[in-house]
Amino acid sequence: MRIVCPFCGERELGEFTYLGDAKPVRPAAGATEDEVFDYVYLRDNIAGPMSEYWYHGGGCRAWLKVARNTLRHEISSVEPAAGVGAAKVGA
Amino acid sequence: MKYSIFSLARAAFSGHKNWQRTWRDASPKSHYDVVIIGGGGHGLATAWFLASEYGIRNVAVLEKGWIGSGNAGRNTTIIRSNYGLPGNTGFYELSMKLWERMEQDLNYNTMVSQRGVINLYHSDAQRDAYARRGNTMRINGIDAELLDLAAVRKMMPFLNFDDARFPVQGGLLQRRGGTARHDAVVWGYAHAASALGVDIIQNCEVTGFVRDGSGKVTGVETSRGRIGAAKVGMAVAGSSSRVAAMAGMRLPIESHVLQAFVSEAIKPLIPNVMTFGAGHFYVSQSDKGGLVFGGDIDGYNSYAQRGNLPVMEDVCEGGMALMPMIGRIRLLRQWGGIMDMSMDGSPIIDKTPVDGLYLNAGWCYGGFKATPGSGLVFAHLLARDEPHKEAARFRLDRFRRGAMIDEKGQGAQPNLH
Repeated sequence: MRIVCPFCGERELGEFTYLGDAKPVRPAAGATEDEVFDYVYLRDNIAGPMSEYWYHGGGCRAWLKVARNTLRHEISSVEPAAGVGAAKVGA
Repeated sequence: MKYSIFSLARAAFSGHKNWQRTWRDASPKSHYDVVIIGGGGHGLATAWFLASEYGIRNVAVLEKGWIGSGNAGRNTTIIRSNYGLPGNTGFYELSMKLWERMEQDLNYNTMVSQRGVINLYHSDAQRDAYARRGNTMRINGIDAELLDLAAVRKMMPFLNFDDARFPVQGGLLQRRGGTARHDAVVWGYAHAASALGVDIIQNCEVTGFVRDGSGKVTGVETSRGRIGAAKVGMAVAGSSSRVAAMAGMRLPIESHVLQAFVSEAIKPLIPNVMTFGAGHFYVSQSDKGGLVFGGDIDGYNSYAQRGNLPVMEDVCEGGMALMPMIGRIRLLRQWGGIMDMSMDGSPIIDKTPVDGLYLNAGWCYGGFKATPGSGLVFAHLLARDEPHKEAARFRLDRFRRGAMIDEKGQGAQPNLH
C-alpha cells in the first residue's frame, strides 16, 4: 500500500500513521453521556469504502483524509484534512 | 469413530486407505435449539460444550466457507495464561486447564505441547513489571518463574546477548504454556461435537436475522435457506461488526489485519515460545522445523486478510535483534487474518440488547489460546442465560460502565492493543 500525499507525492506506507474512521465528530462540551459513549467506543467498522485520517509523520507532517476500501486496500482519493494545514495551502 | 493405538495400527496395516471421515458434513434442518454462527475453533468448541456439558445437542454450527478457514487456521498456535488483570487471569487459566485435558476430552490428537512460553526482559523497569505479572499469576494459582540472565543463557544459548541497546536481562517463564496444532483443534472439536449430534454446516453464509414481532431473534437467513433457532450465538471474530450490523447493532470493535510468518524448515533450534521484550516479535518452531513468528497488527482497518511490508520489516528486525543468525533463513510463507480488536484489548462474551442473540467477540489477536475456555463460557451463557463466573467481567456494557479490562493500558484505541 502506498499513499499519494498531496504535498509530497507517492510515499510508502511506513511514513504514515493511522488514526481511523473520519466520520465520528467529537461531541460538544454539553453532549449527553450517550453521545460521548458513542463517539469514544462504538465504530461502524466499515467493510468497503471508508473515509479515514492518516498522519504523514515521515514527510510533511500533515493530516490527510484518505478514501480507502477496507476490503481491498485500494485508495481512491487523498486530500488534506480540514483545519489549519489545509487552509494554508488553500485546500 | 474412536481413535486409539489399535485403530492406528489397523489403519496402518491397511495402508491408511480406510480412515473414515472424522465428522459429519451436515445439511441444515429447519430448526435448532441453538445456532452458532462461525465454524472456527470458538464456534465448534461452543457447540461441543453445549452438547457435552450442558446437554443441548440440537445444535448447528454455520460456516460460510469451510471449518477452520478463518483465524483458526491463521494463528501462530500459542497457548498460555500469563495475564495480569482480574477477569483475564481466571479466564485464561480456565482455558489453559482445558488445553491440558483436551486430547482426552475430545479423543483427538491436538498436539498440545507444553514447551513453555518465555517473555524476555531487557531493562530493570521491564523486569519489575514482569515480576509483578508473575506474582499476580502465582497468587492466582498459575505457574510463573522469573529467570535471570544465567538461566536464560542456559536455556537459549543462541540468543544475541551482546546487544548494547536492548540487552537480554532475563525472562518471565510459564512452563505450562506452549503450542497446539491449530487445524487439529478445529477438527478435534468438529469430531467430538459431530459425534454428539451437532450439525456442522459448511458453505452456509448467514445473510440476515429472522425476528418476531417483539424483535426477538428466531432464526437466521442463510445462503442455504432459512434456519430457525431458539437462540443464536455469534463467534465470527473479524466479521463481528458485519454480522452484528444485520441485527442493527454497532460494536466497540474495529477489524484489523495481523500478519504471521513461517520460515523454511531448519533443525531444532528454539525450544519454546519466546517473545522479544524491546519490540514486538514472538517465535516458536513448528514440528516440521519452520520458525513460526509474528508481531504487531498492521494498524489500519482491514478486511483484506493480507498485510503490508512495513510491519513485515518491523517483525523481521525484531527477530534479527534477538537472533542475528536467522537472517540467513528464507521466509517461506506469510499471510494475514482479520482481528476483532476491541476497545480495551479484552473479549466480549455476553447477551446482546437483541433478545435471543448472543455475542462472542473482541478477541483481538489472542483468540487461539482462548479456544476451549471461550467455548465453555459461551456454551454456559447460551445454556443458562447468565455469564460463567470466569467470564463475568467480559460484558458488552463494560465500556459504558468504565469497567474496562485494559491489559496494555492503551485506552480506546484498538490498533494500539
